[in-house]
Amino acid sequence: MSAQADTHDHDDHEHHHHKETFVTKYIFSQDHKMIAKQYLITGTIMGVIGVLMSMMIRMQIAWPEEPNVLFEALLGKWAPDGVMDADIYLALVTIHGTIMVFFVLTAGLSGTFSNLLIPLQIGARDMASGFLNMVSYWLFFLSSVFMIISLFVEAGPAAAGWTIYPPLSALPMAQGGSGMGMTLWLVSMAIFIASSLLGSLNYIVTVINLRTKGMSMTRLPLTIWAFFVTAIIGVVSFPVLLSAALLLIMDRSFGTSFFLSDIFIQGEVLHYQGGSPVLFEHLFWFLGHPEVYIVLLPALGITSEIIATNSRKPIFGYRAMIASILAIAFLSTIVWGHHMFISGMNPFLGSVFTFTTLLIAIPSAVKAFNYITTLWKGNLQFNPAMLFSIGLVSTFLTGGLTGIILGDSALDINVHDTYFVVAHFHLVMGISALYGMFAGIYHWFPKMFGRMLNKNLGYIHFWVTAICAYGVFFPMHFIGMAGLPRRYYTNSNFPLFDDLSNVNVVITVFALIGGAFQLVFLWNFFYSIFYGKKTVQNPWKSNTLEWTAPIKHIHGNWEGALPEVHRWSYDYSKPGHDEDFVPQNVPLKEGEEELQH
Amino acid sequence: MTALLTIIVLVFITVAIWQMVKIFDLANANNESSQIANDKDNRVNGYLMLGFLAFIYIITIVCVVKWGDLPLMSNSASEHGQTIDNLMIISMVLIFVVQTITQFLLHYFAFKYKGEKGRKAFFYADNDKLEFIWTIIPVITLAGLIIYGLFTWTEIMGVNEDDDPLVVELYAQQFNWKARYAGQDNTLGKANVRLINLDNANILGLDESDPNAQDDVITTELHLPVGQPVLFKMRSQDVLHSAYMPHFRAQMNCVPGMITQFGFTPTVTTADMRLTSQMIDKVANINRIRAEKSKKLIENGEEALERYEFDYLLLCNKICGKSHYNMQMKIIVESQEDYDAWIKEQKVFKNSLVQN
Repeated sequence: MSAQADTHDHDDHEHHHHKETFVTKYIFSQDHKMIAKQYLITGTIMGVIGVLMSMMIRMQIAWPEEPNVLFEALLGKWAPDGVMDADIYLALVTIHGTIMVFFVLTAGLSGTFSNLLIPLQIGARDMASGFLNMVSYWLFFLSSVFMIISLFVEAGPAAAGWTIYPPLSALPMAQGGSGMGMTLWLVSMAIFIASSLLGSLNYIVTVINLRTKGMSMTRLPLTIWAFFVTAIIGVVSFPVLLSAALLLIMDRSFGTSFFLSDIFIQGEVLHYQGGSPVLFEHLFWFLGHPEVYIVLLPALGITSEIIATNSRKPIFGYRAMIASILAIAFLSTIVWGHHMFISGMNPFLGSVFTFTTLLIAIPSAVKAFNYITTLWKGNLQFNPAMLFSIGLVSTFLTGGLTGIILGDSALDINVHDTYFVVAHFHLVMGISALYGMFAGIYHWFPKMFGRMLNKNLGYIHFWVTAICAYGVFFPMHFIGMAGLPRRYYTNSNFPLFDDLSNVNVVITVFALIGGAFQLVFLWNFFYSIFYGKKTVQNPWKSNTLEWTAPIKHIHGNWEGALPEVHRWSYDYSKPGHDEDFVPQNVPLKEGEEELQH
Repeated sequence: MTALLTIIVLVFITVAIWQMVKIFDLANANNESSQIANDKDNRVNGYLMLGFLAFIYIITIVCVVKWGDLPLMSNSASEHGQTIDNLMIISMVLIFVVQTITQFLLHYFAFKYKGEKGRKAFFYADNDKLEFIWTIIPVITLAGLIIYGLFTWTEIMGVNEDDDPLVVELYAQQFNWKARYAGQDNTLGKANVRLINLDNANILGLDESDPNAQDDVITTELHLPVGQPVLFKMRSQDVLHSAYMPHFRAQMNCVPGMITQFGFTPTVTTADMRLTSQMIDKVANINRIRAEKSKKLIENGEEALERYEFDYLLLCNKICGKSHYNMQMKIIVESQEDYDAWIKEQKVFKNSLVQN
């Protein structure tokens, strides 16, 4: 390892003599810290678009017949006189889902923090391949551009739901959005997957090869474990979605019949024969379900780190945490069928998937209990990042518990595709992962930008968001159990659901307040980048290596030699030390025992 | 208009909060303006954690009290629905207990151990026994749930041919439903969308030469005799749809190119369901809401809404295009005699064809 470190030193010198231009520093940068910032800013912009769409969706559901100035302003021809068109409603639902799941919570969360933290926390100069890393970001940027362009297509953007099940997504005559809009969606996702794969491979190689001296796998912070395992899940499952997307492109444009068969639409029989939409569902969910954990695991990793640091206590059950990450990762690849209990597949398969799905509850429960025990007898520092981490545990519990119902095939029959599902997954992966992302931003903002975020704005941001998140998604379970299907443009054709309309208004009011208060965060974020209070070296008194690197970013991360690691990253409040934290690069005292991990 | 007002109010709230923060910051400027949590922050947020726990409990109670009658949980109209409802209630109780306890521990610990300068946390990294306990408890609970769930599932999905079920096809197309009864022979005639011939009104693509098809009956309403097991065969002509019959706890996707199936036995007639006290309350409530809406409509010179009367429904529950939100079919459960009388009135397939 030390020989490797030396060659890196050498590299480092060369880099210092290189003159950096604006373009190589800010645009086509190969520095992981800059790439992390690029991911974060792009993800934030996509997030604003995604959240704005959800606000429009909620307003449409609450006040379906009323003209709305916001619709008129933002949707243009799709909202004549401010009344939203039914096609664009489905498009909003689709693009909101796509943007939030892939562009914000996959690229924005994992891309940002894997890039920022992997080299810094394992003590590496940079990613294994800076060039691939740069290509990965720019492919992500390109796919974002395609997705945005698709919003302006004449016949409308993709509108078949983020799961784009064919034949709806395959036949332009089935829906306006399945024409050019869907083509752009598929192209954008194909590029996105390429970007994600390049990123993931890079993360895996970096974690395996570039750990500094003394950084054994069992001394890694849980953030790195989470990013590492997430990258592996990504490499295993994303290519399957790519294959599904390619086959769908073949069906759409080249007359093949992978997913289509026996279709009569608009007065004519189509030539497709022998394909099956259920095959697409299998391929889609083979990624789609692991994707949930691709989104969630990094958030849980970030939470582990932040809860330990701010509790001034070691994370409870470090080995159990790693074991549950691995167990979740393994199980996540064999549960996809729980999205398909009533798809028409063999009921026996349903039994198998019920079994594997409910097993996931076990490692998840272990994680939740370990977080709670970490808080016990701690000395909790309520920085905004800590609040968001506790909030994550809370929503992870609430949302995770209803998974017991949805994962049970017999119960799924009646709540499948209702608002119960919407409530469940928004809490357990949407809100939880979003909290993880916010926690990460509040915690590592000083590392990224050398300045601090305003904590009071952070407190307001958290408490209002926390209340609104529950205000939105808790009542939603009830309308779901009342049988209200999701993705309905309006419920006014069903007098049966008239008694749900006031619940929907309550939900929308909470959503609008919650959405508006994200402006507090945006303001805090962009203002503090330029005018925030300057940070100190290690503001949260954390043990991990990134806080030993200089505040001002330098290429290669550390001046001189790389830090050496002598202990795990959770020696908080260890007896026998004066301070309540002992950074990883501090050698063991004489007679001090390292915890056996 | 409501939306606009809401937005304006939100903007004002945001501005107000921002101003408050500024004042707060200025007041703090003399002391310590660090952006790291101090003892005061820990205290305030610790109490807020307790408040938030209360909020979670309150919102739970409010939802249950106010909207607890909305969920479909104790009024199923099919035989297997009872089992699903039981399992649902057991799962719900379990979830409720776990949720109450874990949220309490999480937020109470957050409050109790809020940071103070000078205090040192308890260095406590591992306890195999504890971890074993909270691995094994979920294992046992889940094992019970899985076994119960799997038995229920197998029972629901297994079709018992000995019951001699009434075979009905549910046929989905953008954006309506058709039902096809098998007729006297209780065997559906062969069909494929390639055989659809709009000129002679063979709209479901039945094989006109198949003897089994001749007595099939195609309808736009679904009538079911009470107490008679029904086996639905689902078919779709264009995109994916999902036949969702919430009151019967039944759902199955309709997939172009293949036939899917779901069977159940309706147990309560539409007329009886309308007379249950729960339904009377629900319908009265809905009509009160509709009357209020109508008042507004009449003011604007529009027509008032019709009074609502309960009917079972078949809804589309898989996104299928522009009018997905209005793809429904009425289901009527009635006595065997009423059903027989109704089906007799319907035209059989061979007589419904238009001869040119």
